Amino acid sequence: MKFITEFRRSELAEGIISQIHRKSKTPARFMEFCGGHTVTIFRYGIRQVLPKTIDMVSGPGCPVCVTANADLDKAIALAQIPDVIITTFGDMLKVPGSHFSLQEVKADGADVRMVYSTMDALNLAERNPAKSVVFLGIGFETTAPTIAASILQAEEEGIRNYYVLSMHKLCPPVIRAILDSGEVKLHGLICPGHVSAIIGSHPWEFIARDYGIPCVVAGFEPTDVLQCVDMLVAQIENGESNVEIAYRRGVRPEGNQQALKCMEQVFEPCPAQWRGMGEVPDSGLKLRKEYQHFDAELAFDIDPGPTHEPRGCICGDILRGVKTPLDCTLFGKACTPEYPIGPCMVSSEGTCSAYYLYGEGFEG
Amino acid sequence: MCLAIPALIKFIEDKEADAEIGGISRRISLWLTPEAKVGDYVLVHTGYAISTLDQEEAEETLNFLREIAGMDEEEG
Repeated sequence: MKFITEFRRSELAEGIISQIHRKSKTPARFMEFCGGHTVTIFRYGIRQVLPKTIDMVSGPGCPVCVTANADLDKAIALAQIPDVIITTFGDMLKVPGSHFSLQEVKADGADVRMVYSTMDALNLAERNPAKSVVFLGIGFETTAPTIAASILQAEEEGIRNYYVLSMHKLCPPVIRAILDSGEVKLHGLICPGHVSAIIGSHPWEFIARDYGIPCVVAGFEPTDVLQCVDMLVAQIENGESNVEIAYRRGVRPEGNQQALKCMEQVFEPCPAQWRGMGEVPDSGLKLRKEYQHFDAELAFDIDPGPTHEPRGCICGDILRGVKTPLDCTLFGKACTPEYPIGPCMVSSEGTCSAYYLYGEGFEG
Repeated sequence: MCLAIPALIKFIEDKEADAEIGGISRRISLWLTPEAKVGDYVLVHTGYAISTLDQEEAEETLNFLREIAGMDEEEG
């Protein structure tokens, strides 16, 4: 496939791996923020081909994983209201809330449907005028504009039975929170490619400027990630900290202005709860006053009750990059992709799922 | 979850398009990329085009990688 297979060629990968080995002298720890990058790194064995000087750590870039149990419980409570159809991306279904998962309430009769796009949810709302269709707004800056577009479309077409439960998260504020906590010492950041396709590369500049950490935006094919590592190594060896783009075919420094405009028209920043990190200022999105009639939280009386975290689960520490799945007593024993306890094992982009599927740490 | 895949725009109708993704045709929304034209490749995320792919930039990146690997451009 064009734009994919060319960036998977082993000859290109070998060349860049040799260059990284030649250049890298200074020990450095890089965080890949995005769960998509985590999957590329594990699927193609990138950790194994890098020199010993480079230590890779996974970050909190999995929207399903960072959704707090309190928010998940709200979605599950909504699903139990009569005449409500919950629409959601598939990964959310199996995440255990405080008491149940969406999949379990669905088995009990709740109307929960997996959709590929908000366009499907809008169609469902049009076809079921007597029902209320709620879309679970999970995702980062990549996804939020698509949800904003669905709200603008619903407004334009007069669809009045469509609602969004906004649990969106913004990436730069949480990176700041991680760096300010001082728990993990980082020397380079692999910035999320598709978040940056929307926001551009400028919003990462504070990391290079204020924290002295090189930042490179990467694509999701193996040579994309390797090129990004090579650029980070070059900055470190030259004593620089800049923001660069290794994914120039898809990301422009200014981002996607139309998508940003849609997002800003519909949403405004608000504090948000992150699993493992607590409340992070200005890291969430809520509907602006003009669009509040689409807000599921205001339209329905939701009472999810008290929240509980799964006992023994260390997903929060893993999401902050402080621990790895191998530090968890549940990993691979009580917690597996078939019977997950924590969200990092549920989501296909979760760090625990990647460790489990690609055998990291099992080979001794 | 931020997965986005390249798709070739075949036909545009208002704010929607038929796009080919790995040989399969799918209806996508151009709400977020009004500049996209027939023949463009776009990155599709949850049914929406979120960015128009720049073919020249892609070629430049590949040439850069080929140079590092010591390959001739024609080979690639």
